Amino acid sequence: MKKGRSVQAWIWIAALVVAIAMPWVFYNYHTGRQSGFVVSMLSQMGMMTILALSYNMLLGQAGLFSLCHATFFGIGGYATIHFLNFAGDGALPLPLELFPLLAGLAGCALALVFGYMATKQRATAFAMITLGIGELMTTAALMFHHFFGGEGGVNSNRMIGHSLFGFKYGPSIQVYYLILAWTVISALLMLYLTRTPLGRMANASRDNFERVQFVGYDPRMVRFLQFALSGFFAGVGGGLYAITYEIVTFDALAAPLSANALLMAYIGGTSAFGGPILGAILITLLQSGVSLMSNSWLVYVGVLFITMVIFAPNGLMGLIAAHGPIVSAGRFGRLLVPYARVLVPGLIMVLGFVGLVELASFLTIGAAQGKTLVLFGKPIDEHAALPWLSAGLCLIAGGFWFSLEARAFRKVWDAIMTELKPGRSVA
Amino acid sequence: MTETALSLRNVSKAFGNMQIIRSVTLDIKKGERHAIIGPNGAGKTTLFNLISGRFRLSSGEILLNGARVDGMPPHKINRMGLSRSFQITSIFHRLSVFENLRCALLWSLGYRYSFWTPLWRQRELNATTNSMLDELGLGSRRDTPAGLLSYADQRALEIGMTIAGGASVILLDEPTAGMSNTETDNAVELIRRVSTGKTLVMVEHDMKVVFDLADVITVLVYGQVIASGPPAAVRANPAVQEAYLGALAA
Amino acid sequence: MEIVLVSLLNGLVYGMLLFMLASGLTLIFSMMGVLNFAHASIYMIGAYLAFTVSQYVGFFPALIVAPLLCGLLGAAIEIWGLRRVHANGHIAELLFTFGLVFIIGRSVQMAWGMLPMPYRIPQILDFPLFTFYGQYFPAYRGFMLLVSAGMLFATWLLLKKTRVGLIIQASLTHPQMASALGHNVPMVFTLVFAGGCVLAGLAGVIGGNYQTTEPGMADSMGPIVFVVVVFGGLGSLMGCFIASILMGMIQSFAVVINVSLFDLIKPLGVTLSGDNLFTEFMTVPVARIGALLPFALMILMLLFRPRGLMGTRDT
Repeated sequence: MKKGRSVQAWIWIAALVVAIAMPWVFYNYHTGRQSGFVVSMLSQMGMMTILALSYNMLLGQAGLFSLCHATFFGIGGYATIHFLNFAGDGALPLPLELFPLLAGLAGCALALVFGYMATKQRATAFAMITLGIGELMTTAALMFHHFFGGEGGVNSNRMIGHSLFGFKYGPSIQVYYLILAWTVISALLMLYLTRTPLGRMANASRDNFERVQFVGYDPRMVRFLQFALSGFFAGVGGGLYAITYEIVTFDALAAPLSANALLMAYIGGTSAFGGPILGAILITLLQSGVSLMSNSWLVYVGVLFITMVIFAPNGLMGLIAAHGPIVSAGRFGRLLVPYARVLVPGLIMVLGFVGLVELASFLTIGAAQGKTLVLFGKPIDEHAALPWLSAGLCLIAGGFWFSLEARAFRKVWDAIMTELKPGRSVA
Repeated sequence: MTETALSLRNVSKAFGNMQIIRSVTLDIKKGERHAIIGPNGAGKTTLFNLISGRFRLSSGEILLNGARVDGMPPHKINRMGLSRSFQITSIFHRLSVFENLRCALLWSLGYRYSFWTPLWRQRELNATTNSMLDELGLGSRRDTPAGLLSYADQRALEIGMTIAGGASVILLDEPTAGMSNTETDNAVELIRRVSTGKTLVMVEHDMKVVFDLADVITVLVYGQVIASGPPAAVRANPAVQEAYLGALAA
Repeated sequence: MEIVLVSLLNGLVYGMLLFMLASGLTLIFSMMGVLNFAHASIYMIGAYLAFTVSQYVGFFPALIVAPLLCGLLGAAIEIWGLRRVHANGHIAELLFTFGLVFIIGRSVQMAWGMLPMPYRIPQILDFPLFTFYGQYFPAYRGFMLLVSAGMLFATWLLLKKTRVGLIIQASLTHPQMASALGHNVPMVFTLVFAGGCVLAGLAGVIGGNYQTTEPGMADSMGPIVFVVVVFGGLGSLMGCFIASILMGMIQSFAVVINVSLFDLIKPLGVTLSGDNLFTEFMTVPVARIGALLPFALMILMLLFRPRGLMGTRDT
């Protein structure tokens, strides 16, 4: 166990080093600046990591399915934007580095209010209340112009001239390092939280509500506090958002962002602490990359999500962790060929699916936008039968082949797992 | 009055039109080992649920160590010194065995809802947890997720969690249900060990266990107490024999 | 007086539309414990299908075909998706239906494009039914009331008078018992889910030309339907009905009420000065915050009476 833990720690340290160094990898020596696109994407990853981790405090750790998480992110953002304006007017002598802390407090305050209401209920009723809260806040944000600025939002300037380390925070690379610092701090704090009485009892209340009562704890209070703390961290993320973009609109607390938090946490894996981090990085990467190439991003994400709900409920981290015992027993080599055999039909199947989706998309939406589908530089006519037939064939044939190989893979996997099982214990 | 650990006075419970518990009056003395037996559907688990605060009484009173507890939420009753196990094993299945026991100890050792105390540095807490583990015979399973334990081990863990908080009144709901003979003997040994000095109330179907452990037996039929007293007396009681035909021949 | 009557009628029409949607959702929710987030998406598909089908064979056949197609879709979702997920727990089911929203939403956009569809009221129903105070009440709205009432009645008949209905009713309040009695509960589940989708599809057929048929219709109808279901309570169609009409009326009346909190306390001689958040809150007229009210009501209901108006089961 101990060996596994230190290996994990080294992986995260390596990831941190990569995060610090990444902007410099894409340094453009001609303009003397880092790639704007890379810095922007990395910044987004940082903020989304905080959002996803704080969301997992609810979903993965406390078993609370919340649909209004973006509300606290957004409030943190709005509060920060207003604070920045106060600071700009000279009314708030606070260094910029500490603004996310204020944002976190704003998120926490709102989470205390809403959490008190929401945690009175369990499971589905809880989800419903949070749905109502989310819609309430989004609608309110469009109605009350003073705090929320209506549809145009509120903007500000982050160069308030007050910093702990003397930075101006004009260039986005500086803001990125601020984000990175806060991301690391928040992640470490949230990790620490899981090893405290509240954190453990939150896990316990996820596993067994009644047993929590019979070890002396009020499970409702446990969930309430967990909700409030997760609101704090979501607020921190929102504060960084405000500082980065210098404008906050109602999108920062709307349902799509809450859904995003859910997606990132779930796809990355809700059972492992680092799962949401992986999910945030991956989804941001895909969102920036794939959405440039295709506007059917949502369909792919939806299908990926549903596939995971059915086949891999522990997310990517769960899938990786499942390999743990196999790797440490040195049997991973036996999986290489089965993997290859599954990968090929899998790719064909995916290709067929993507093909159909893209063809359909270009038929209606793309046509309206005047675009045509281009594959490897050759334009493809979405009205002809051939592309449709070939894509359909790939999907169906690939699908059949895949299911055959998947069954074979399963057999090999199960065989290895049975070998690895410890001897049965006598009760 | 302080002689009585748990007292039920005219306790009744109805679900809609169905009367499940009919005016039960029972006094359980401190340090007693009290078994509640009866045919299926007699209301034994419902009685437990009433005592532990899971259900609300339709009428009557329940006193724990002299103080009224009916109408209080379960966690408050637990803090006043009553703990219970469940018919269907009720543990934290995704946490390790060690974590399960540690969680059961937290409140009694004063930890409350702290989100700043680092658990790994709490020497006394961890030491107590470890010694409990060994007492329960689960030391070798320390880091196993509780959901992966064998059934008997899970029941043992649950008993451990029930007494961990230092409750003075322990309710065990069919602790040996589904166990083999060896497992049952081990469980009885464990129960005897951990209940010394405490008041034990258990619902059981296994008559061997009942006569092995209990000082006092109460027989519950259709929500009413038809007999209550030392094992020999209950055995000889004609009303009991009629209701429980053959079962007491063991 | 005129305004009250108009709002009343409009509220009734909208409320009945909500009820069609909400009743399907409540049946699914009560019986299977699954909150079908994609319910409003099925509504949307019903509307789009009706548009397409009516282009070929006219409105009235579409009235039958489109809901049936939605029912088939629902059955497919239940058999190949929901059933598998059931083993993974409650939250997994919620997540599954949640994911469906994305897929269905985007698929609709891909199949029909992003612009609103010109789904019009059929010619023969496009005339004023009656006039009052110089306003007229469109016949189509009367038709909507007819269809929704008819569907209500048919559902009531099915539930109360047939054997299948009896089983469904039993499963509504005591699912484990129904299963223990030997009924093929999985099949009943599929039936109920598909049935709920038929209702949603039907709502889409008649609602699609009352409102606009466009890709965002699921997102605008969805949340209100959830509010209705929660507010009315689990296991109770009557509660669902009352809640639907109530919400319909609230939405309908709110837009004509130009009173604000401040107007209520003005007679006491209170004045407000300054231009800040507080004054904004006090002076905003009810008409503007109409969209907020259902959610505020739902939250209040969940706080004080978690079972909803007439719920028979806890969630």
